[in-house]
Amino acid sequence: MFPDFDYVRPQSLQAAITHLADEAAVVHAGGTDLLGCLREHIFAVKKVVSISAVKELHGIDEAADGALRIGALTTIRTVAEHPLVRRRFSGLAQSASEVASPQLRNQGTIGGNICQKPRCWYYRGDFNCLRKGGGTCFAVDGENQFHCIFGGGGTCFIVHPSDIAPCLVALNATARVAGPSGVREVPLEKFFMRPEVDVQHETVLEPREIVTQILVPPPAAGTRSAYRKVRARRSWDFALAGVALALRFDGRRVVEGRVVLSGAAPVPWRSAEVEQTIRGKELDSDVIAAAAKAAVAEAEPLGKNGYKIPLFQGVIEEELARMSASA
Amino acid sequence: MPRKNPTTGPDGLTRRGFLTSMGTGAIGVAASADLFAAGKEAVDPQVMPAGRTSKVVLRINGETHVVLAEPRWTLLYVLREVIGLTGAKPGCERGECGACTVLIDGVARYACLTLAAEAQGSEVTTLEGLMDGETLGPVQTAFAEADAFQCGYCTPGQIMAVEGLLRTNPNPSAEEIRRGASGNLCRCGAYKHIFEAAHRAAELKRGK
Repeated sequence: MFPDFDYVRPQSLQAAITHLADEAAVVHAGGTDLLGCLREHIFAVKKVVSISAVKELHGIDEAADGALRIGALTTIRTVAEHPLVRRRFSGLAQSASEVASPQLRNQGTIGGNICQKPRCWYYRGDFNCLRKGGGTCFAVDGENQFHCIFGGGGTCFIVHPSDIAPCLVALNATARVAGPSGVREVPLEKFFMRPEVDVQHETVLEPREIVTQILVPPPAAGTRSAYRKVRARRSWDFALAGVALALRFDGRRVVEGRVVLSGAAPVPWRSAEVEQTIRGKELDSDVIAAAAKAAVAEAEPLGKNGYKIPLFQGVIEEELARMSASA
Repeated sequence: MPRKNPTTGPDGLTRRGFLTSMGTGAIGVAASADLFAAGKEAVDPQVMPAGRTSKVVLRINGETHVVLAEPRWTLLYVLREVIGLTGAKPGCERGECGACTVLIDGVARYACLTLAAEAQGSEVTTLEGLMDGETLGPVQTAFAEADAFQCGYCTPGQIMAVEGLLRTNPNPSAEEIRRGASGNLCRCGAYKHIFEAAHRAAELKRGK
């Protein structure tokens, strides 16, 4: 059963920010992650502030400079199916279409997707873990087959659950955020909190701040993006391993590119090793093999997730080869 | 076509409708435009206080239902326990199994992950809303024809997921059917027949 909470559904952003000043107030967007957290009593909630009636947070359009503007309450299905997204940001459309199930894509929002809580079963379960303010990470010596191989930092070994976030980082997107002291823009690459900085927060959002919009800059000529996700079940699941790519080609040569891993680390994990290996190169089989090897060279697997190393290697090889074939 | 009040049959009350409406917290059912206007009022920023019931106005299967609900009550709970529409089933109650699937503004969603208060201002369609009186709708007919169930518990959710799919994609491929039904688990493993039923439902809806 859910805990008791007050509920309010204001129609303006300002009113929502005002309501968030109350004790233990949380934002409700699509509600798919929040209601799960409420059911598990993961954190204290006394007030649910629904932003679903704030009209300005819905919809997708194109700015004068060609940037894509996605309202935070745009459903994941709309992101996946929108013609603008499909035509110019195919990796983003792919990643959105790989999220969860049809029902959850119909309800979940892009803003909520990048703000979702981790799926670590100790965090979701009845364990007072580090992320919940306790003194122990139960995953480090426990059932850690779905945990991270990068970026645990000796503290918390979650993986970031989002498929969309790695694509937004690859596409150099920015989150627009509104709060009591006004509006600011945060590059998605700096939006996610690494556990060694603050183990109890997943994002850099300040109290009472709300993500209002995602801005994706117009891709440079010759840019192609893609997302590949591997999961344990074909129907729907979180990523065991995934890779988001945004590569700028000149003919068959990669001029530059951003490569971001999902299912790998507590935050969407930018692989500088892959990016350096492929920069300035044609993606022949030697370069691809070297890039995949470099991707996992620094991995630090836990007791039960060593399988992720060959899995990531394979996923990166396959996806680079696919990009190369279409170059 | 206007849907009949689910608690009334051709001769007035049905047995099931009578039983399910007993002892519920529904404070009124009407289809007047005036009451739907009250729904607009209810989404205005007034706090629904914790631990107490407040008026919630829902549009379900074309009718307006004014109910008393706590802020923490889900749409699934209100449908089943307050209004008496038991088509949507509680399964995992955490958005994994799909037994509670309903349409909200025409798209399939999990009623267990939707607060009743959040459904205000939207059109909700439940399994009951696919009926035409006592006659099965095309997706329901297809499930019966294809023998697309064993225990039947997941079937209402499966039907609503297929209904949602066919409303945007009237002629889905086998792969699109698999994807469209992927948010619904069947522990009996009747998937093969469920996919056949979805295919057949598309034909029936197209008048074949």
